[in-house]
Amino acid sequence: MTMVADRPEGLEEAAVATPEFEKAAERAASRRGFLLSLPAYAYLVLFFAVPLGIVMIYSFATRNRFGGTDLSGWNLDAYRKLGEPIVRDILFRSLWLALLTTLICLVVAYPFAYFIATRTPLVRNLMLVFVMIPFWTNFLVRNYAWRVLLGNDWLFTNISEALGLGERELLFTTSAVVIGLVYGFLPFMVLPLYASIERIDLSLVEASRDLYASGFQTFRRVLLPLSLPGVIAGSILVFVPSLGAYVTPEILGGAKTTLLGSYIVTQFLTARNWPVGASLSFVLMAVMLVATLVYFRTGGRNL
Amino acid sequence: MSDRGDHQVSEQVAAVKLTSITKRFGSVAAVDNVDLEIADGEFFALLGPSGCGKTTTLRMVAGLEFPTEGSLKIFGDEAGTLPPNRRPVNTVFQDYALFPHMTVEANVAFGLKMQRVAKQEIAGRVQEAISLVRLEGLEQRRSQQLSGGQRQRVALARALVNRPKVLLLDEPLGALDLKLRQEMQGELKALQREVGITFVFVTHDQEEALTMADRIGVMNEGELLQVGTPAEIYEHPVNRFVANFIGQTNLLDASVVSNDTVCLANGVHIPGKSDLPVGTRVAVCLRPERAGMHRPEEVPADQQSVVGRLESVTYLGNALVYTVVLDWVRLEVRRENQPGGYRPHVGEEVAVSWTLDAISVVRA
Repeated sequence: MTMVADRPEGLEEAAVATPEFEKAAERAASRRGFLLSLPAYAYLVLFFAVPLGIVMIYSFATRNRFGGTDLSGWNLDAYRKLGEPIVRDILFRSLWLALLTTLICLVVAYPFAYFIATRTPLVRNLMLVFVMIPFWTNFLVRNYAWRVLLGNDWLFTNISEALGLGERELLFTTSAVVIGLVYGFLPFMVLPLYASIERIDLSLVEASRDLYASGFQTFRRVLLPLSLPGVIAGSILVFVPSLGAYVTPEILGGAKTTLLGSYIVTQFLTARNWPVGASLSFVLMAVMLVATLVYFRTGGRNL
Repeated sequence: MSDRGDHQVSEQVAAVKLTSITKRFGSVAAVDNVDLEIADGEFFALLGPSGCGKTTTLRMVAGLEFPTEGSLKIFGDEAGTLPPNRRPVNTVFQDYALFPHMTVEANVAFGLKMQRVAKQEIAGRVQEAISLVRLEGLEQRRSQQLSGGQRQRVALARALVNRPKVLLLDEPLGALDLKLRQEMQGELKALQREVGITFVFVTHDQEEALTMADRIGVMNEGELLQVGTPAEIYEHPVNRFVANFIGQTNLLDASVVSNDTVCLANGVHIPGKSDLPVGTRVAVCLRPERAGMHRPEEVPADQQSVVGRLESVTYLGNALVYTVVLDWVRLEVRRENQPGGYRPHVGEEVAVSWTLDAISVVRA
């Protein structure tokens, strides 16, 4: 597709340029752009905006005695229910686990991303491919693989006994969920970090060392502030899906630790309380929206 | 510490002393067995073409590169293995490497902050450094909002504020345009006199080195070829490379006949002093501005000459450059553009002449 404006229809003859012709050409170009992007718009409206609207409507509705939903009589009952201890605990637990996952990913990914960013281009590309290799396998399959790994009595009993922790169960605990989440979302932290570190002029690191900064001070005063956009982008890319994660907690966490994702599913499918499921979904979206706004605000100031 | 320690106390300690310093990257020796002493308070230039090892040498003094072998002393203290933050030197980087997320003031204060200098003292010294490089009023700007010359000054202030014992400058004027560069040459020199700190700077620009430096070290392919004052290097280059690299020159192939005679490639014996063994292949170095030009029959009796055909005349305004072709060499003669005098025409036979003190004999 070229960006050059075609002549508007009906003007086939070569003629002296006029403001009218220019305007007509611009209008034609913008109309063509709109028509070409129409399929994407239509898809988004039909399969994203409309269902979202339906969910919103349901969140203000009431569950009737038979497990159905009455669409008459709008109220905020479903949102009020979120204040109840059970739901609140699930919300806080999910926030805490998502935060923990994000932190662990950040600490693990930063040195790794720095290492990749300071290699020669060939090694760099090779390592980036390694980071992305897990994506070639289905997410569900990988989570089941972790179930096998973590559930392997022989392996983990030996490791925990070697560490002097005695016999320990790992599968179906909160730790198992965090391990699974960190594993699943680590690449989303590595890639934006790599992208922002790679752009930093490494002579700044040398300048910092030359100006009496230790290695750690150089990291804190120079590298970290300059890679902040990557830190924030990676954190959001990990935090947001961790918060709503369903598959990993379901497979590795068992029934003991219910998280938001599982709870929403339960509300829709088992408890048949669609309004609560819908309102919870909306609260989750609001949290993610805030996180994204924070990113754009901070990113905008630093770049 | 050393067995000669007693004698050295009275002598002045060198600001930087390299002894048999070698730096290898893989199997390539970027710096090959260099010995160098830079005196306290000196303005020293490391000069050479790109890839000659001058920047690597500077980076070893800064601590950004560790030598493979040899001893590196800064004011008498062995420093070759110290990290950069523990050396009493500071660097002005080639592209300045100013911190883009900090203001001018914060950039200048960075080194003092890292050394945990008291807050009030930092404020005072930063102001002092900023006024030293005449950047008052720009304290709150970021480096992206500064011109090339201003960035250069910030980089200088950021290094000098720490009162280093040695200031290292990596192609400090390389990123500036010609006019600004010439202006900054004078300013840097004045600044160095004012602060009295040893300056070591790296450049590939021979004119810059000649203009600014007290002494020059010429490097090529990892070796330090010659160290001397600008006049020594220009007038008595040690070999063909140095003669060619510093200024314009004519090189006439020759061989040594005795300690005061050489035989030119055309078979003529001429006086030329050298202490090289008989038979050594040498070059007679004749600077274009030191060569004379006469009609072949009018060469003064005290001058040597070769005769050739004038091929072209280049008019430079303040001077004229004549290119004279012989069957074995091509010579350039530079004459100031003064009224009168001998003005040969293209195609004429001319004699290029010189007195004994105008030439030097260098290793080929």
